[in-house]
Amino acid sequence: MSDAALTGMGAAALADALRAREVSTREVVDAHLDRIARHDGVDADGDVWHARPSEELGRDDVHAFLVVTAGSARAHADDIDRRRVAGEDLAPLAGVPLALKDVLTMRGVPTTCGSRMLEGWVPPYDATVTRRLREADVVVLGKTNMDEFAMGSSTENSAFGPTRNPWDLDRVPGGSSGGSAAAVAAGMAPLAIGTDTGGSIRQPAAFTGIVGAKPTYGAVSRHGLVAFASSLDQAGPFARDVTDTALLQMVLQGHDPHDATSDPMPRADLLATLRDGVAGLRIGVVEELESAGCEPGVRTVFLDAIATLERLGATIERVSLPHAPYGLPAYYLVAPAEASSNLARFDGVRYGLRVDAPSAEAMNAASRAAGFGPEVRRRIMIGTHALSSGYVDAYYLQAARVRTLIARDYASAFAHVDVLVSPTTPTVPFRLGERTDDPLAMYRSDVATVPASLAGIPALSVPAGTAEAEDGSGPLPVGLQIMAPLREDARNYRVAFALEQALGLDPDPGAHGGPRALPLARPQGGAG
Amino acid sequence: MTPWLEGYELVVGLEVHVELSTATKMWCGCATTFGDEPNTNVCAVCSGQPGALPVPNRRAVHDATLLGLALGGSIAPRCRFHRKNYFYPDLAKNYQISQYDVPLVTEGRLEVEVERDGELVTEVVGIERLHMEEDTGKSLHLGATGRLHGADRSAIDYNRSGVPLLEVVSHPDIRDPETAQAYLRELQAIVRTLGVSDARMEEGSIRCDANVSVRRPGAALGTRCEIKNLNSVRSLGRAIRFEALRQVQVLDEGGAIVMETRHWDEEAGVTRTLRRKETVTDYRYFPDPDLVEMTTTSEAVEAVRAELPELPAAARARLAAAGVPRAQAATVLAGGMLGLLDDAVAAGASAPAVANWLAGEVTGQLSAQDVAIEATGLTGAHLAELVAMVDDGTLSSTMAKQVLGAVLEGGGVEGPRAVAAARGLEQIGDDDALGAVIDEVVAANPDAAAAVRAGNEKAIGALVGQVMRATQGRADPRRTNELLQQAIMAGEG
Repeated sequence: MSDAALTGMGAAALADALRAREVSTREVVDAHLDRIARHDGVDADGDVWHARPSEELGRDDVHAFLVVTAGSARAHADDIDRRRVAGEDLAPLAGVPLALKDVLTMRGVPTTCGSRMLEGWVPPYDATVTRRLREADVVVLGKTNMDEFAMGSSTENSAFGPTRNPWDLDRVPGGSSGGSAAAVAAGMAPLAIGTDTGGSIRQPAAFTGIVGAKPTYGAVSRHGLVAFASSLDQAGPFARDVTDTALLQMVLQGHDPHDATSDPMPRADLLATLRDGVAGLRIGVVEELESAGCEPGVRTVFLDAIATLERLGATIERVSLPHAPYGLPAYYLVAPAEASSNLARFDGVRYGLRVDAPSAEAMNAASRAAGFGPEVRRRIMIGTHALSSGYVDAYYLQAARVRTLIARDYASAFAHVDVLVSPTTPTVPFRLGERTDDPLAMYRSDVATVPASLAGIPALSVPAGTAEAEDGSGPLPVGLQIMAPLREDARNYRVAFALEQALGLDPDPGAHGGPRALPLARPQGGAG
Repeated sequence: MTPWLEGYELVVGLEVHVELSTATKMWCGCATTFGDEPNTNVCAVCSGQPGALPVPNRRAVHDATLLGLALGGSIAPRCRFHRKNYFYPDLAKNYQISQYDVPLVTEGRLEVEVERDGELVTEVVGIERLHMEEDTGKSLHLGATGRLHGADRSAIDYNRSGVPLLEVVSHPDIRDPETAQAYLRELQAIVRTLGVSDARMEEGSIRCDANVSVRRPGAALGTRCEIKNLNSVRSLGRAIRFEALRQVQVLDEGGAIVMETRHWDEEAGVTRTLRRKETVTDYRYFPDPDLVEMTTTSEAVEAVRAELPELPAAARARLAAAGVPRAQAATVLAGGMLGLLDDAVAAGASAPAVANWLAGEVTGQLSAQDVAIEATGLTGAHLAELVAMVDDGTLSSTMAKQVLGAVLEGGGVEGPRAVAAARGLEQIGDDDALGAVIDEVVAANPDAAAAVRAGNEKAIGALVGQVMRATQGRADPRRTNELLQQAIMAGEG
């Protein structure tokens, strides 16, 4: 099999080929490393490859990875191959490569969270997610770019320069997990891990034409996930199809005694009902999220997707979540409030950047001023204010009350319907730099995704079609968001799978004809 | 009115921090050992590494519940942890996980005994709340003075970071330094009885801050000052007394008390301004999103209550009923020797006799040698044996003290009877053995014997002394006297 064929294959297909010994893990890993070396703007040298400084990156470099752990990935691959040859019983995804968002720790590999603040910090421990991946013999290729401390919706807030969208290299891949999403869309990895606090998996999945899921809060351990907003953060899977995404979530989820908020319930089987179809399912269209400033192109794709689901036998109902419009302001109080406290530990005392000064207090201030970028500083200030004596009731506590009301809205809605749907984002991916001077416009990218985050429910984005941008350029991907009650992640996958099968969309950015697209290598036809 | 404050009344409330002696820390599996090399009992969680999460220590919650019940408090069926946000280098996460609006325990009380005019009287101090939190690390300032000012550099030891702490907050019910001291001692006795803390002030495993104010009798509460750095029960009393007098002086001179935190200077015997309250940090408390609500049931609470041992107040009442003087009972309880006393009584000794030994000689010898009672291996059976040997005349009280010393020194491996036998410390009460010595003494001192016979009663003293010398003090003095009389009178013929 050619390298191009291998990097175009999905995780399940690769796993099958590996199991059948048609290809070795080492060949699969090398093919992906080669694609990264060619398209990502890394110095592909030695065991650890570093992304080039942003000023040295070219217009065609995706810049999905901050660091590529080529040496350890190859070693892991060789070890898997040895054990496979020895007849060892391997896990379902054994040997499949993966890109890990640089907000999850991996022992011995620097974790930056897209920030200068963590300079030089090498985590002394593995995140539970990382440990589970290793136990499943999924091969980690490297750590991916992200908005600094996961704060952002475009990956432009990375201290190491933005990631580009493989559908149009002049556009953003969304964020904050933009590096992971772009890596998958660009064929640099069939699987990736992102984290979602207010939409940081779903929005980049929609922007890069792939599948991304935010599991039920508590389904995946946060141990080793550098916290942005602890009550909202949840790690989850990216892949180019629904089955692969479900397979990866199966690896990630499960109770973890190292995380007090981890769900002690047995893990959900996401595959058992995957192919059950949507006939007879009641699907609710959320009025408030559908009308939330959607571009006409996005709206058309969304309505077509609804029509498809209806044709497949689902009942479509219009549902109201009256408090959903308050989700965005509530989110932008709760999340910064928690962040202001979570990020207090970055003080230059124990690890990371230290700017020397005559007193501990001055050293703290100087280090934080030098280490944090503008968006992080903005949110720390907002959050500090929201918790301050005299304001906490009007801001933080009021937002917490709104959060409860939104969760109740969902609970009442789910009394009538099985799942809820909305467009994942109101727009197609915007251009690099287009919103960097307008934080509110950037925050509005999350309007449809934050309500589910506040309620803790599982939500997933699946490609629903393509649309032109308002300036006529494109086509660009559009995602459908599916939301289910707490712990009913399987329903999201079931609906997404049905839609995916019915639409038969090609995940290859190159197949849609955009002039600045990076074509995904295809297993057939010799392209790439 | 407080007599020594001339027209003012003293009002004191105490905040006591009790470090729990759980094997592991509050949120992680690190050891809580005191005195280890700096930063050896540290992990990702208690050093505040990115991504590390706290998981509550069940034992700590149990121990806090036990102390709350011992103090007569109510246990909250649902409570939670908040973050108290402030920047300080020894605070690994730059927030302390504590409890805020809903503490684990509310409204308890503590009965204490206070000596007033030579008599012990009972006072009741209300307890507002008991909440759980975590300890911080410790800043070490390296350089000439050992203080921040003038130090070359600072280092931080995170061994103590995350050790479970209980904060016990009293109502401002205390009206004199003696009650404050008694309260602190009583709390120490209770936590030791429960076995939830070593409660050693010198190691910082129990720490006390005092909120002190004065007022005209019947007036509203005065402005208070919080006194920190109270390192012993004695400094607590001294600091309160100094602070009250200082406040009265300020008021008498027409000044006003400023709400502030003051530092007790043990050497100088004064309190000094540490920081003014109006500039104090806004702690921005909010529920810790890394932790879930803690819930309990009344069944679970009752199960913990069933574990409560006899508390010091009940033990005091029981000892009083058994005829043990109050002061001795207090010493026995404060020294953690009640178990020994009960064991000795179970082995047949009388409570007052054992208490007398424990409060007197045992306490004296331990403090002279600076050893802890647990380290000596002394058992109740030993004590019962010792008391019995004195009662039946086997040991004189002087010899008994020597025997006790030997038992303590020997680590309790050998009991009093074995020690006395091995060292030949038993009294010679046997008439034949004693008689032989006496006959020799009488024969060797005919003049003294004649003087006794002539009616000089006092002359016998010299002969008793001779017998004692000859037996190295082991002769039973009473029996010696009797046998001497017989021997002298018999020698007449």
